[in-house]
Amino acid sequence: MTVKQTPLFLLVAALAIVGSFAQVGSVQAQDATPPPPAATPSDDEVNAVAKNMYCPVCENVPLDVCPTLACQQWRELIREKLAAGWSEQDVYDYFVLQYGDRVLAAPPPTGLNLLIYIAPPVLIAAAFYVVWQMMRRMRAAGNAVTAGSEMQPAKPKDEYQARLEDELKRLDRGD
Amino acid sequence: MNESMESPDDMVTNKVGGGWGRALAWVFVLAVLAVIAVQLRKTMEGGILLNEKAPTFTLTLFDGGEIGPAEMQGKVVVVNFWASWCKPCEEEAEELQQAWEYYQDRGDVLFLGVDYVDTETEARVYLDRFGITYPNGPDLRTSISQAFRITGVPETYIISRAGDLFYTKVGPFTSLQEILTLVDQALAE
Repeated sequence: MTVKQTPLFLLVAALAIVGSFAQVGSVQAQDATPPPPAATPSDDEVNAVAKNMYCPVCENVPLDVCPTLACQQWRELIREKLAAGWSEQDVYDYFVLQYGDRVLAAPPPTGLNLLIYIAPPVLIAAAFYVVWQMMRRMRAAGNAVTAGSEMQPAKPKDEYQARLEDELKRLDRGD
Repeated sequence: MNESMESPDDMVTNKVGGGWGRALAWVFVLAVLAVIAVQLRKTMEGGILLNEKAPTFTLTLFDGGEIGPAEMQGKVVVVNFWASWCKPCEEEAEELQQAWEYYQDRGDVLFLGVDYVDTETEARVYLDRFGITYPNGPDLRTSISQAFRITGVPETYIISRAGDLFYTKVGPFTSLQEILTLVDQALAE
């Protein structure tokens, strides 16, 4: 690895780590107007919301499949909120307010979380730039070698090559 | 070798543009590494240490109102982290309530229950079931548990009158006497 490539490598490694614990976000106010009550939501409807959240106790386990008592209670809470007419976003906002951003599968794009959203496109663009620069230099180097070889004086032929060419010329003439 | 084959114009452009680009890349990388270092340090700090200042916090109560540093000042504070889904928490629930009843009239001991990632409905059922009357509230956005860097529930922190951490109990108390002994020691300090 060259010194020029080191920043990019370090950045990729750094982002892989920072994604695991950059968890800072803002709180949004709840809508104070109670919506009309709805029918009891099915498990599928509850899980459709829960799959975008994570278990508060087990790490990296989506809420819709986590078997712990804590997660069962959270799913029931989601059911209650949906039955009360809350939208999916209302439920997420409530959980973030109560338990923090880490309950969400996709952290809100605020604070340090912005790094997760901004860095990948920046990195991809940087990678394209580096590759383009390398190709440009390689092409320039290739042209220089070709041009250089054309300008070099012809080397004296060795005896075997000279004799071979003579033989071929004679063969062409039909001698 | 490659650089020797570049034209003079290319070399000037590359040195100026490349130099700034490389400097910016380094600044960006160092900034990200600094953020990671701070986060890692937080993660790897471990629990808070005995005899050091305990974190200050404000607990929003289930029954309304708040308890903050002003209400805790000059008192021995017993901060118990629990959850309704936590079976070991049930083992000490009655003893904590009995201990609270023992000290309640003195006025210089405060018991606080911090409900960790729980639903309010289940939490209230739990409090009623064990007849818990000392102040309890949710750990909103898990800010209090993060400040104490708890490793699970139940965990109990006893804070001295001076605001220093006097004792940390990981797991449930095994008896009422254990709680009383520790609180008495904190009061005598």
